[in-house]
Amino acid sequence: MALSLLSMQRISKAFGGIPALSAASLQIDAGEVHALVGQNGAGKSTMIKILTGYYRKDAGDIQFDGASFDVESPQAAQMGGISTIYQEINLVPYRSVAENICLGREKRRFGLLDWPAMYEDARALIARFNINIDVRQPLMNFNTATQQMIAISRAIGFKAKLVIMDEPTSSLDEREVGVLFDVIRQLKADGVSVIFVSHKLDELYQVCDRVTIMRDGQSVKTAAMADLTQLELIAAMLGRDIAQVSRHTTAFGDRTFQYQSGPEAPLLKVSNLRAGRKVLDVNFNMRRGEIIGLAGLLGAGRTETARVIFGEDQRQGGLVELNGVAFNPRDPADAIAAGLGFCSEDRKLDGIIPDMSVAENLTLVLLPHLSKAGIVDETAKAKIVETFIARLGVKCSGPNQKIRELSGGNQQKVLLARWLATNPDLLILDEPTRGIDVGAKAEIQSLINAMAKDGLSVLMISSELEEVIEGADRVFVLREGHSVAEFAHKDLSEQAIMQAMAYSEPATTAAGAAS
Amino acid sequence: MTQSITPTGSQGISKTIMNGLGRHGVVLALALLLLFGAVRYEHFLGLFNISTVLRYNSMFALVALGMCFVIMTGGIDLSVGSTAALGSVVAALLSPYGVIIGTLGGVFAGLVIGCINGLIVTRLRILPFITTLATMLAASGSALLLSKNQSVSVSYESGFTELGQGDFLNLPIPAIIAGVFYIIASLVLNLTSTGRTVLAIGGNEDASRLMGLRTDRIKFLVYLASGGLAGLAGVILASQFGAGQPIEGVGWELFAIASVVVGGTLLTGGVGSVGATLAGVLLLGLIFNILNFENGLGWISLSAYWQSVIRGLFLLVVVILQARLSRPND
Amino acid sequence: MSDLVQSAPNSRSFRWQDFFARHGTLIVLLALLVFNMIATPNFLSVRTLNVNLTQVATIVIVAVGMTMVIATGGIDLSVGSLMAIAGALAPLIFLGKIVHFGNIYVAVAVAMVVSVLVAGAFGWFNGWLITHFKIQPIIATLVLFIAGRGIAQVVTNGNLQAFKVPQFQFIGLDRWFGIPVQVIVMIILVAAATWTMRNTLFGRQILAVGGNERAARLCGMPVSKTKRWVYFISGICAGIAGLVVIAINSSSDANLVGLGMELDAIAAVAVGGTSLSGGRASVLGTLMGALIIQLVRFTLLANGIPDAAALVVKAAIIVAAVWLQRQNGARA
Repeated sequence: MALSLLSMQRISKAFGGIPALSAASLQIDAGEVHALVGQNGAGKSTMIKILTGYYRKDAGDIQFDGASFDVESPQAAQMGGISTIYQEINLVPYRSVAENICLGREKRRFGLLDWPAMYEDARALIARFNINIDVRQPLMNFNTATQQMIAISRAIGFKAKLVIMDEPTSSLDEREVGVLFDVIRQLKADGVSVIFVSHKLDELYQVCDRVTIMRDGQSVKTAAMADLTQLELIAAMLGRDIAQVSRHTTAFGDRTFQYQSGPEAPLLKVSNLRAGRKVLDVNFNMRRGEIIGLAGLLGAGRTETARVIFGEDQRQGGLVELNGVAFNPRDPADAIAAGLGFCSEDRKLDGIIPDMSVAENLTLVLLPHLSKAGIVDETAKAKIVETFIARLGVKCSGPNQKIRELSGGNQQKVLLARWLATNPDLLILDEPTRGIDVGAKAEIQSLINAMAKDGLSVLMISSELEEVIEGADRVFVLREGHSVAEFAHKDLSEQAIMQAMAYSEPATTAAGAAS
Repeated sequence: MTQSITPTGSQGISKTIMNGLGRHGVVLALALLLLFGAVRYEHFLGLFNISTVLRYNSMFALVALGMCFVIMTGGIDLSVGSTAALGSVVAALLSPYGVIIGTLGGVFAGLVIGCINGLIVTRLRILPFITTLATMLAASGSALLLSKNQSVSVSYESGFTELGQGDFLNLPIPAIIAGVFYIIASLVLNLTSTGRTVLAIGGNEDASRLMGLRTDRIKFLVYLASGGLAGLAGVILASQFGAGQPIEGVGWELFAIASVVVGGTLLTGGVGSVGATLAGVLLLGLIFNILNFENGLGWISLSAYWQSVIRGLFLLVVVILQARLSRPND
Repeated sequence: MSDLVQSAPNSRSFRWQDFFARHGTLIVLLALLVFNMIATPNFLSVRTLNVNLTQVATIVIVAVGMTMVIATGGIDLSVGSLMAIAGALAPLIFLGKIVHFGNIYVAVAVAMVVSVLVAGAFGWFNGWLITHFKIQPIIATLVLFIAGRGIAQVVTNGNLQAFKVPQFQFIGLDRWFGIPVQVIVMIILVAAATWTMRNTLFGRQILAVGGNERAARLCGMPVSKTKRWVYFISGICAGIAGLVVIAINSSSDANLVGLGMELDAIAAVAVGGTSLSGGRASVLGTLMGALIIQLVRFTLLANGIPDAAALVVKAAIIVAAVWLQRQNGARA
């Protein structure tokens, strides 16, 4: 039995009288990779933020490295040997790689910064990951995966004994995830412990030794990964019996698929589309009532393709046809007028307007139609809002609650309702279930299913293969800006899609890739 | 396998170009303006003219230096103008006790305002714009109260006026003071962790905090320094014009912001240069100087009012160029 | 993070801090009124009311436009200079220095419309800089802050234009139904802006653009157009305020008209509870904010405290008001 590095006992924390943690516990051994899982609101982030000095605990006891541990600031936690790699990489984009690695423990000579020594130090730390970059370049010149390596190098430079990774893979593609896992194993070999927070269960099994499952502010189960099936894990997260968890991992189970390639004219036809550096030669088509999956690694050009179709970015070549007519929206307003909708990937950045109410957020696109001579018809608006809150089962205290107070899943439902209310012909969904808990995910998936049954065409971009495989009538695979494969539903398998996504490694990928 | 990673795409390149033009563009423009003046006007590069321009603009240079640091953290300091006014009044009131006491008094008054700014911004977490807008009023009110609403004559016996009007090795003393502070500031920015932290905070404050940097302490120091420098500018003002001026300094803050922006420092913080800020101050200052010379030639007669129009146009050209160059991909 | 999101305000227990933070502006205003009724002699008179409203009217008129600008996440530093431009232009026209009009009423009408529209056009120019070149509002409007007053000075050659034209000066000197005309103008503008923010598509677009610009664009909203209109409106408001100021003074001095107005207006907006980060707007709050600042000054002056000290108190009020609102925002 390894030595215990960290032990958090009966930690409680409340915000404004509402408990976020009630007597939760977490125990990490030295040199272990420990998964921390739970639905949104289960208390994972609060637990981590207490450990890293961001919040103060109300009650409980923390032992770290053989001593009582009570930090009041992120600085103190970092000096104490706990480093955190956040979901959105928290480094300073304009500054050099070396500064990002060394700030806070700079090398000095005669009281002034010793730049050569700092560059050397940064290079040495980065070299552990078998990459060689110019550490004097600003951080923003590197891609996400490299930035993450830099963040980890920083943690190692601070002689961290415990590294916390909060959803570290959410913006990485599969190759990069592989590199990250190598790094984690290397940390482990050096005796560093890792807390790994992720919604992607497969990854936990690949890299973690043990798992602690949280629910409703408590730790409900801690077990070795090897002793726990995925189903048991999901059941513990949801607090249900195993029998209740459906055989399918997604909620597309009852979909009847149409995969005939008949003569019916396509609703949308994209040929040889080219735009920017990410979209080079994209071809696909979709018919009315179909769910089309767009698969590919991160950076394959899926989101970029969607943005061009929606008029947010401009086409530089190729042809987009809607109902057989050339379609060149100048801006999203044009696309919306033509019957399109686009539910973007990043809810916080591109979706919600945080200070506005659920009702306002829900009716944003519809507003021009709810207005006469520029004056909003509040009665008609209230009616629509009521209808959609009920139809999508949005959990909120009322239509006037601010959307930022809602959970991620409920925000996503409001955003879906925003587009459904416009009764579009074609809805583009970019990662519709990213970052939301398992329960809400299932609800949204069955909603997409139901919408398609009612004749809506859906273009679904998703990094979750099960979602695409179980949900889509046909799947197009993009690789580095090119359409490389089309699958009908009957031919779909994880194997086939993954092979198409990573068929070959063109020479051009060396720049900007991390492995 | 070790792999070399080059910065991705042209985004990096265009940013580099922008930074290059932002920093060196202003120096280039300054050089061109100097060349133009030197060729066109007889006494432009004469000792007297240079000395006059430097003496007058050293006050703005000090204020802009503090502003530059505040802006690099992503903040703003609107209080510098009235802080300078307050500093000039305090210095004038204390000038009978000698140049040292007068100077220290003026700087201390500035530090007090800077300290209040720093405390409100870091403790109460009120936006710098609002905070310094409020302290601008407070400093102005204090200056008027201390001076009983009129300008305060300085003592001519104590040698206080030497500070603003005197020369040392043929160089105006205020310019030497400003020069020393610019050198110190440049060293602090490039060679100390404090300086790098200033830039890190402006680049991404949350990240800096999570990286364990003492963001609040540095922000406090930056506002403190800005206040102190504005106070010092006020001391020079009083010394140079022989009176503490409670209503001077109106609009200095926005002029300082303009100089910093012309110098290529991003108003969002995270990128900045001390030297380019100085060039920005001199550039905007020289416009007035050149206007005078042009009128002196007698071919045209542009009133002094044109200088704000020309400065505005100049700022316009600079910000449009910056915006054009920094836009990615097109 | 998500844990915080779900801890919505606890509605069961009444927290006086919440109540105070939400209605702080109104409470402070009422407290000031009550204090004055007790402490200041002759406070409850039409004259006192008119004095205060007259003095506050120009700030409120400018602050109405500023509120809308700030709601889009922007700021307009050029309003003082635009006031100077409108104030310089109008006398040139109605005194017949540009074109001679036979009829003074025609001349005044043309002068008012043209000078206000010119100010609006400069506001539009601000909006164009901001939307077309993607320049930060604070820098873009700094251009006209610097150049605008220069333009006004150049146009008038820096001279004071004195005049006595009652047909024009009614907007600063006359009363209708016993109410000063500029106060009526102020009330109309406040009412129109409040109604616009609450009931129109344009109001919703302003808030959406300020709340999350990218999301607003993806929702098909005309982001650039909305911004340009908002700066245009701010310019119009500044132009009107410029006319009121010169009418009161019976003269126009390009060096002084609207000097420092941008910061007075921003202070009123901030005290009134509109967040400087955009996405929220309270026009009535702005009115109350301006009234608070004015009343404090009045109270201090009426009780023999010098104007300079009032500035210091004003500073404290701005900080206190914004701090209280922040407490509210942080908890909600």
